[in-house]
Amino acid sequence: MTEVPTSAPRRAAPSAGGDPALEIAGRAFESRLIVGTGKYRTNAEMVDAIRASGAEMVTVAVRRVDLDRSQEEGILHHLDPGEFFLLPNTAGCYSAADAVRYARLGRAAGLNDWVKLEVIGDEATLLPDTSATLEAARTLVDEGFKVLAYTNDDLVMAMRLEDAGCAAVMPLASPIGSGLGVVNPFYIREIKRRLSVPVIVDAGVGTASDACVTMEQGVDGILMNTAIAAADDPIGMATAMRLAVRAGRAAYLAGRMPSREIAVPSSPVSGMLGQ
Amino acid sequence: MSEFPMTAVEGPGPVGVVVNGLDREVPAGLTAAGLLDHLGLHPGMVVVELNREIVRRDDLGSVRVEPGDRIELVHFVGGG
Repeated sequence: MTEVPTSAPRRAAPSAGGDPALEIAGRAFESRLIVGTGKYRTNAEMVDAIRASGAEMVTVAVRRVDLDRSQEEGILHHLDPGEFFLLPNTAGCYSAADAVRYARLGRAAGLNDWVKLEVIGDEATLLPDTSATLEAARTLVDEGFKVLAYTNDDLVMAMRLEDAGCAAVMPLASPIGSGLGVVNPFYIREIKRRLSVPVIVDAGVGTASDACVTMEQGVDGILMNTAIAAADDPIGMATAMRLAVRAGRAAYLAGRMPSREIAVPSSPVSGMLGQ
Repeated sequence: MSEFPMTAVEGPGPVGVVVNGLDREVPAGLTAAGLLDHLGLHPGMVVVELNREIVRRDDLGSVRVEPGDRIELVHFVGGG
């Protein structure tokens, strides 16, 4: 009989108080789900979906104001920074210098010194340029930023980002916007096992089962955008994601049974009639 | 600008600057806050980057826009 480890090993029993809150850079979040604010059909739908997701932290992007007003106004007209903790991102940046510039603009635009650091290295896959990410992380940490670094599912780079002082390390489940789910659960588990800072899986979740499987790996949280925004019913999907993240976390804490490539009866084999 | 301290509104004619990558003529002598007002933007919602330097909110009323300045006006939009 072969035992196939398909999820994280049971961790120490949770304290009597249950699952502690997610804590990043000294700030506690009850929800382990972080959501993006892009790609929604309307701003009203975005706000309703975020509320349904239960997320307390939401990502935003920094872009030029449209001086001709052909586009919607800034997102702060719709999102109350008193209701949601805003996490500016550096999405769309392809160099460390650009990411640092966007991070500084985000800090000036917002109410905190947090940043979701993202440096893209390849246009086709949107996979991160991890060396540029590390370079930018070092600069931003020096400038006092709380850096949550988007990165590949690469253990060594995750350790380097932690060593650089990142407040959280955020390996991808699969490419941004792909909805492929966790393509390498072993690497995600290993990153979680080896790092001390929170590990947030960022990008690639497609539906609720993906979120649940991701949380079952033992990671501290998930960041997602497209899976909710591009669903037929974003508010319904946001609700599903809220439940899936909680279910996956609860299953991880409960400690799953070993999976075996053999059947084991659930009912007693003794006491059958005619024996 | 200091030659025309009292004529910020009337101005000696428009000056050319680059705003968000596009050439634009604005009244001479504007402060950064005056530029936002001229463009109908709320200073609390927009960050001004002047020649690659971020203008702090407290400084919007004192920093002046000079001919040829490259200005970026950014804000938060939806993103993941």
